Amino acid sequence: MAHHEFTTPVTEAQVRALQVNDTVTLQGTLYGIRDATQIHLFDRGRTTRFDLRGHAVIHTAPNVKPVAKTPANPAGYAPLCIGTTTSDRMERFTHPLMQQCGVRLIIGKGGLREASLTAFGELGGAYLAIVGGTAALETTWVEAIEDVDLDDLNPESLWKFRVRGFGPLLVAMDSHGASLYSEVKRHAQARRAEALASLGVKA
Amino acid sequence: MKVDPAQVETVARELYIRALKLLPPDVKQGFDALARRESDPGAQRVLGTMIRNIQVAEQTDNLLCQDTGIPIYNVAIGRNVDIDGHALKQAIRSGCERATREHPFRSSVVHPVTRANEHSSCGRGVPVIALDFSDAEETLEIEMIPKGSGSENNSFLRMAIPAEGVDAIKRFVIDCVLEAGGKTCPPTIVGVGVGGTADLCVHLAKVAATRPLGSQCDDAEGAKLETELTRAVNLLGVGPQGLGGDATAFAVHVETAATHITMNPVAVNMQCHSARRARATFRPGGIEYGY
Ligand code: SF4
Repeated sequence: MAHHEFTTPVTEAQVRALQVNDTVTLQGTLYGIRDATQIHLFDRGRTTRFDLRGHAVIHTAPNVKPVAKTPANPAGYAPLCIGTTTSDRMERFTHPLMQQCGVRLIIGKGGLREASLTAFGELGGAYLAIVGGTAALETTWVEAIEDVDLDDLNPESLWKFRVRGFGPLLVAMDSHGASLYSEVKRHAQARRAEALASLGVKA
Repeated sequence: MKVDPAQVETVARELYIRALKLLPPDVKQGFDALARRESDPGAQRVLGTMIRNIQVAEQTDNLLCQDTGIPIYNVAIGRNVDIDGHALKQAIRSGCERATREHPFRSSVVHPVTRANEHSSCGRGVPVIALDFSDAEETLEIEMIPKGSGSENNSFLRMAIPAEGVDAIKRFVIDCVLEAGGKTCPPTIVGVGVGGTADLCVHLAKVAATRPLGSQCDDAEGAKLETELTRAVNLLGVGPQGLGGDATAFAVHVETAATHITMNPVAVNMQCHSARRARATFRPGGIEYGY
């Protein structure tokens, strides 16, 4: 259960060193992506001018306020409330995100499935769990919105955040085939019969 | 009591913002109760982060969660309340839109086919406005619920048959909680609708999921199910955020309605740990805000 301080971008070796139950805190750049962002990137052939190689992405669509462009708000957006959405809906984008864009770390809530776990193993990646629904706290880890691309999809634009002390995040899926979600799911399924018995119901 | 639609608009605006920022006291107490009982150290940490977030939201005057949800307004019109019903609905809609644009916060509402976002939290049929009547003298109540999608995406209906009995209801609830896993941001309030028609059954599940913690179903059979099911789902070990632990649900709430001799419907709708809710009560003496 080691703790890792990462400044992005990270190398494959750094990510492969991660094991489930480790924790990670990020400094530097973090990209925000969501359903529509990835539908447009991977289904509709759009491209981004951002270089995501070695970077971390977070499943998000932030609350922002349009403001004048200043050094403090270089993209013309002030971050108001930045949180994390359910990752499961974006399961099928993990592989292209890693293979085509070179992303190494995915931050989300609720976990991803088997195909993502395989991609993490093959291409060298990991899933970092944040506590969903704690956006007020998460927002205090975001220094600024540095840039934004595909902004016609707002709020599901491709966001470039500058973060400081973003974490601790829990390594919940690693490149060695371990997933805390599958583990919990297995245990929960095993307890189904016990729960039903407590209700006087046959499994 | 005469109610001015302009006041309703202001209140509808205010309620959306309040709901997004202030967690009701019953939910805070629910967190404390879960944290006291939690035996898993990892789950303790997750609950601790959630509790800290509630404090940070209050201290920084920020939204609890980035998901501003689908706005729902539940209106209960008491006796001798004089209000133009159509104007009331219009006022709620503009209050909802003004909250979104003026605060500002994210509009999470899009057209279902084009996915176009009007950046107003409004669209066809949204905000959801549910009108009802109460027997309270000269009282108008508006409850606002921003319903997050993580929990709403895990909604289930099963048209079970009478031969399957109440066992089908219980088994369904357990299986829905297993299926939802961490996607609903547990700990949740699991809302269960029992009986009615298909649409009424789902509606009951929503009413159950958004009821204050500590409240009980006023049908004794429903209340009995609540106690049994709350205990049972918390045996599963899904835990906060689906990462394992005791605290899978704050509670299971049940609402019932009579159904057809051939039917045995059951619906599940969940409310996430950000169980947001705000309320305003109009009386001749003024408007009072609460939860
Ligand atoms: S499920 Fe609830 S707490 Fe979790 S992100 Fe959605 S609205 Fe927020």
